[in-house]
Amino acid sequence: MPDPLISPARYADSSSTDEESLVRRVLAGEHDLFYELIRPYERRLYAAAFAILRNEPDAEDVAQEAVLKAFKNLRQFRAESKFSTWLTQITVNEARMRRRKAHSNLMEPIADRPDDDGNYTPRDFADWREIPSETLERKEVRLKLAQALAQLSQIYREVFVLRDMQHLSIDETAKALGISTASVKTRLLRARLMLRDLLSPGLGGAWSLGSNLSFEKGTKPW
Amino acid sequence: MVVNCEHVWQEVSNYLDGEVTPELRAAIETHVRGCQHCTAVVDGMRNVIELYGDDRMLEVPLGFSHRLHRRLNDNLPARTDRRTFLGWMVAAAAACLVLGSFEVARSSAFRRPPLRAAMANPGTGIPPQLAVVLSEDGKLYHLVGCPFIHEKSKLRSVTAAAAERAGFTPCPRCLKKYLDTA
Repeated sequence: MPDPLISPARYADSSSTDEESLVRRVLAGEHDLFYELIRPYERRLYAAAFAILRNEPDAEDVAQEAVLKAFKNLRQFRAESKFSTWLTQITVNEARMRRRKAHSNLMEPIADRPDDDGNYTPRDFADWREIPSETLERKEVRLKLAQALAQLSQIYREVFVLRDMQHLSIDETAKALGISTASVKTRLLRARLMLRDLLSPGLGGAWSLGSNLSFEKGTKPW
Repeated sequence: MVVNCEHVWQEVSNYLDGEVTPELRAAIETHVRGCQHCTAVVDGMRNVIELYGDDRMLEVPLGFSHRLHRRLNDNLPARTDRRTFLGWMVAAAAACLVLGSFEVARSSAFRRPPLRAAMANPGTGIPPQLAVVLSEDGKLYHLVGCPFIHEKSKLRSVTAAAAERAGFTPCPRCLKKYLDTA
């Protein structure tokens, strides 16, 4: 039995001292240094926006808006939270606002939507063991993973993206999304189980034979 | 403590994140050892986390960074520091130094070995004497105890410098702090 995963937060190294110093220098007038401040997080901001909007041009525009907003509001940044979390929080809010505007007639308030607490039964596939990371060098595999992620409801997708793709801690994810840590855990469990169910048949070997994911045939396992 | 399949499915995510009590962890592991379905659930979820956690999954549209910086540039207030002649001289000297260091780096003595994983991120700033573990058949090196180590039976301990000389790259989970995720 392999050891359980260790929370990425345990390994997380906040280079917060460097960032605090950069923030101070930007606020003192060295505006060019703002590039350095955001550079490590550019892709994460896009991913966070895309998780909510699922539209490349909108996600890019929102990521840009979020960065500009972060610059304008830099004085409001408090060092007790990580700069990356603060940036992500701004991006999530921008993306949600954009989505609400686009679907003002259809959308319910996202943060207030109740979690689905019903029990979830994972599908009983054959054992699915190690998947080598070089599988990801195949573009079609990355595409299948992205397609599977796109099948999740937004409340699950955004938690999964922040926690498992951007490696935010449970607390940081909760803060960035404005939900409780209990909700993060519940949604994360569901998201991971659903993705496992969506991907298990393919990554178990079927993809190499050229067959499609199960959901592409119009069936969802949940 | 004894758990059944439903308990395992409720806790599998917390279990993989290391957020369960030692008693619950032991009970889950005892159950999973004798349950093929739960073994597949735990292994499958572990793979999902590992695959999506890979940096290659954070793809952005071509030119994204350039466009972001251009927009930022268009909107940032004008610079507050004015470059003087002396400033330009310093910049020119720095450029010469950088060019010189490139030449040194190009010499074979300083060339980085070919990476075992062509698209992997080699990382920066890793302490050369950092104790790490690797498997001869693998491509990544890890901190001791990293749960993403495969083929645990073939592990050996080396320094980070030795691992890099052999073309291994840092694990994107346990050594994430050394990877530039931009």
